[in-house]
Amino acid sequence: MSMDEQTIDTEVVKKFLYVNRKAPYGTIYALESLEVVLISAAFDQDVSLAFLDDGVYQLVDGQDTKAIGMKNFSPTYRALGDYEITKLFVEKESLDERGLTEDDLMEIMYEDEDDDWAEKPSIRIVSRTEMAAVMADQDVVLSF
Amino acid sequence: MKFAVLINEGPYTHQASDSAYHFTKACLDKGHDVFRVFFYNDGVNNGTRLTVPPQDDRNLQKNWTELAEKHDLDMVVCIAAAQRRGILDENEARRQGKDADNIAPGFRISGLGQLVEAGIAADRLVVFGD
Repeated sequence: MSMDEQTIDTEVVKKFLYVNRKAPYGTIYALESLEVVLISAAFDQDVSLAFLDDGVYQLVDGQDTKAIGMKNFSPTYRALGDYEITKLFVEKESLDERGLTEDDLMEIMYEDEDDDWAEKPSIRIVSRTEMAAVMADQDVVLSF
Repeated sequence: MKFAVLINEGPYTHQASDSAYHFTKACLDKGHDVFRVFFYNDGVNNGTRLTVPPQDDRNLQKNWTELAEKHDLDMVVCIAAAQRRGILDENEARRQGKDADNIAPGFRISGLGQLVEAGIAADRLVVFGD
């Protein structure tokens, strides 16, 4: 089948989960994952993000990259709410294993249009078991 | 079933591209549709025609190109990831003022929207990475 014959049903809304497992710097996975996430927002899909293993470091507050000469892209996570990406699942065991708590993470908020634009936190701390359920609930899982 | 394939690692260092190739070939041989193969992260390096692997080793780029030709397979290299890593087609080389291009036959350069679209269109998106 050639490309011309394929039609895309643009009405389809699938549940996309982007799984982030790597530290924000050291490799490019976190940055390039975020780039896909931002693009996917334009497709009106039901997007969630998962942070586990070293991926939880991506959300740590107060990142300073001056000394390594790389761009600090962490403020982008705080803008995700503007793209209607409001579900950031963070695995509690991964935080615990690294001596981190929710207080070490950035404050990432979104305005809930179904609740008089009330400000609500996008980060949801979930157990490893709950994370498995989140993953099982998806249509498309992209792991970076 | 309609599959889409995402490859996030370059050739030879990781097995991802090999595994993805064998998976894609098996899908097609079994009569399934492969909507698109998308190359992202270092995966874009699978799309250069300038690799010269030893003669007694497999040639991954050639394998992909031949598979694409045989099955009219749509193989897309992410433009943003490709630009970072020096994978250019003729148009991009001209546009960026570079003196050469290196995209292999059967590959085309396009945007990340093609990956999201593949996720929407396919019954299964299968990711090959580290």
